[in-house]
Amino acid sequence: MSNWGKVAAGAALIAVMAVPVLGYDGIGRPATPAEINAWNIDVRPDFQGLPKGTGSVAQGQAIWDNKCASCHGTFGESNEVFTPLAGGTTKDDQRTGHVAALAGNNVPQRTTLMKLSTVSTLWDYIHRAMPWNAPKSLSVNDTYAVTAYVLNLNDVVPDNFVLDQDSIRAVQAKMPNRNGMTQAHGLWLTSGKGDTHNVACMKGCPAVLTISSQLPDYARNASGNLMEQNRSFGPVRGVNTAVATAAPAPAPVVATVPSAKALAESSNCLACHGVDTKIVGPAFRDVAKRYAGKPEMAASLAAKVRAGGQGAWGSIPMPPQDQVTPEQAKTLVDWVLAGAQ
Amino acid sequence: MNFDQRGKLVRAPEHFLNHEDIAAVQAGRRDFLRGAMLAAAGASAAMAGTRALAEDGDPEILNLPPWSKTLGKPVASNPYGQPSKYETNLLRRESPGLTRVSAASVAFAPLQGLFGIITPSGLHFERHHQGWQDVDPKRHRFMINGLVKTPKVYTMDDLMRLPSVSRIHFIECGANTGMEWGNVAVPTVQYTHGMLSCSEFTGVPLRLLLEDCGYDKLHGKYVLAEGADGSSMTRTISMERALDDVLVAYGQNGEMLRPENGYPLRLVVPGVQGVSWVKWLRRIKVGDMPFATKDESVHYIDLIPGGQHRQYTSVQEAKSVITSPSGGQALVGKGFYNITGLAWSGRGKVRRVDVSTDGGRNWRTARLETPVLTKALTRFNLDWVWDGSPALLQSRVIDETGFVQPTIVQLRAMRGKKSIYHNNAIQTWAVAASGEVSNVQLG
Repeated sequence: MSNWGKVAAGAALIAVMAVPVLGYDGIGRPATPAEINAWNIDVRPDFQGLPKGTGSVAQGQAIWDNKCASCHGTFGESNEVFTPLAGGTTKDDQRTGHVAALAGNNVPQRTTLMKLSTVSTLWDYIHRAMPWNAPKSLSVNDTYAVTAYVLNLNDVVPDNFVLDQDSIRAVQAKMPNRNGMTQAHGLWLTSGKGDTHNVACMKGCPAVLTISSQLPDYARNASGNLMEQNRSFGPVRGVNTAVATAAPAPAPVVATVPSAKALAESSNCLACHGVDTKIVGPAFRDVAKRYAGKPEMAASLAAKVRAGGQGAWGSIPMPPQDQVTPEQAKTLVDWVLAGAQ
Repeated sequence: MNFDQRGKLVRAPEHFLNHEDIAAVQAGRRDFLRGAMLAAAGASAAMAGTRALAEDGDPEILNLPPWSKTLGKPVASNPYGQPSKYETNLLRRESPGLTRVSAASVAFAPLQGLFGIITPSGLHFERHHQGWQDVDPKRHRFMINGLVKTPKVYTMDDLMRLPSVSRIHFIECGANTGMEWGNVAVPTVQYTHGMLSCSEFTGVPLRLLLEDCGYDKLHGKYVLAEGADGSSMTRTISMERALDDVLVAYGQNGEMLRPENGYPLRLVVPGVQGVSWVKWLRRIKVGDMPFATKDESVHYIDLIPGGQHRQYTSVQEAKSVITSPSGGQALVGKGFYNITGLAWSGRGKVRRVDVSTDGGRNWRTARLETPVLTKALTRFNLDWVWDGSPALLQSRVIDETGFVQPTIVQLRAMRGKKSIYHNNAIQTWAVAASGEVSNVQLG
């Protein structure tokens, strides 16, 4: 009998046995202890709900390498699929309960362990939702072990640590950002008060008219061609961002043959590759660096642009780009290898 | 600009007819005029792309189109109706580079072309933490446990037999406009504000169900909502909110919820950020303290200067945005336009919306279109004649508590630039002399 069959059979039994006197006759039924047990998986900061169990850092590492490292990196450092889990905290943070790097407000990435204030959260989430493609497949002991390994990545627990329902309480007292949360704000309750105090001036108001930020020209097409994201009738049109120059005003200096860079823009290459920075795929400059002095690679790279590939730059696959012709692919690859100017 | 402006009568450029053309006119051939005009238009930068007309009128009027002269399709040829084949551009879209895996990502609603306040269900924004599921309603169960007299299980049959209410509410992700905290990052209102939708939801007040289970009125201070999907998303909601206007909803815009929006059951938490509107809702647990789940301890926490994070930030404060003209659009020419946009507040109704076309120096009060509902999108409109000179468009909402939407400068003064969440700043769109509109920040 399937689990669902068992639940149904149990439900039928209870419907006969217990008829509680409630407002809405015949609606709903009492949950059985087994049903509550099956779903009542939340673990609170005071560890209510935490089942008994045990797992060591070493056991956690074995599970990690097998089920977690492909997305999170061997040391929880990977920024490829998800934001990094580990890094960014110090022994001193464990003492103060405040992650000092957050105060500077200038760290490029805030890792999970920099932000996390409660160790119960880590246990609860790993148990309910990990691994990402097979949630709820870790046993209680597996969950203790993986939690121990993640804590060990930030030196919150030593290499030989064994985490269980009791030792986890001492871990809480070492969480690097345990004092890093505040509920002193107006956004918890509907009746709360905001922290900004604008006034509704109507005429001759003090307004700063300096434009402090706008999209750079090279990013015009980074969200796709905006012409295709608006109706072709009505009060406005979408701007055709697939063309290199936008405004009709400038004199026709560059408007003739589309450059390789414009081709890269219109072919959406820049959605995933930065010239200098990695986005989803590698930076073009890094590609140029890797293949420097290997002009014979150009042809196979051009083929790869059109066919897609995986592995050379990590696990995230590059989808096939068959909207570009073989000639265009060659133009693009030559441009990338020449430094993507 | 390169616009197709069919239907506009445009004066012909002088000398655009050659002798042969004139002879053709004299011979009674009219249709060549269109072609000749097109060639002239193509040659002239000022006329680029303008589809000109024969002098005796618009061929779309003079020559009857096929739909006026043929038999149309029978009823129910589309048993579930679809948009016109011409409506292919307004789609929900991902923002390239924002997330690395599309199962834990966002698809933004195309606000730039939507009307009124109701978001078509198929264009409702999407945010999933571990992909979306199409849950079998016959196998779906909803449980209430924790600090209650009788923990109970409800089937969809049970829930849909109970007294229901229908309410129109907005839902906005706490991270909406989050990419813009530090600088302009994306070009259009779809990507700046498109984690926003508004629907009529139908369901059972959570209060009714909590009372049905006999919740502990003394110690039950919080509820935990949990999803049935792989992520089993969980969020804490204060009992004050839970007893107020929260719904356990199954209906959306007259039909069942869409799978991407939590079919067959989701929580509706009016005024509160979308992450609390747990989809594929399987459980409510009553407790005496917040639960500090992953999405209220690692994400959806607001970093403020000094290094503290604000935890349990939930309410979406008053916010508005002009949806057209907006970034990435271009005006088709000088003259009259209807500036249109959306305003909303997680604390109640919209009281007033002001619009500026000069970057916030002078403001005019916009028309609020009915209905104006609590914790719902409100549509505003304002007449505007564009004289062809550069303009800076802004909207500013005041909600019924008197709260005035802040500028980005005011927000950053309080919360720095790294918050990610709850950016409700006044949005500026710059209109260039060319008619092109772009996303800018002032200050």
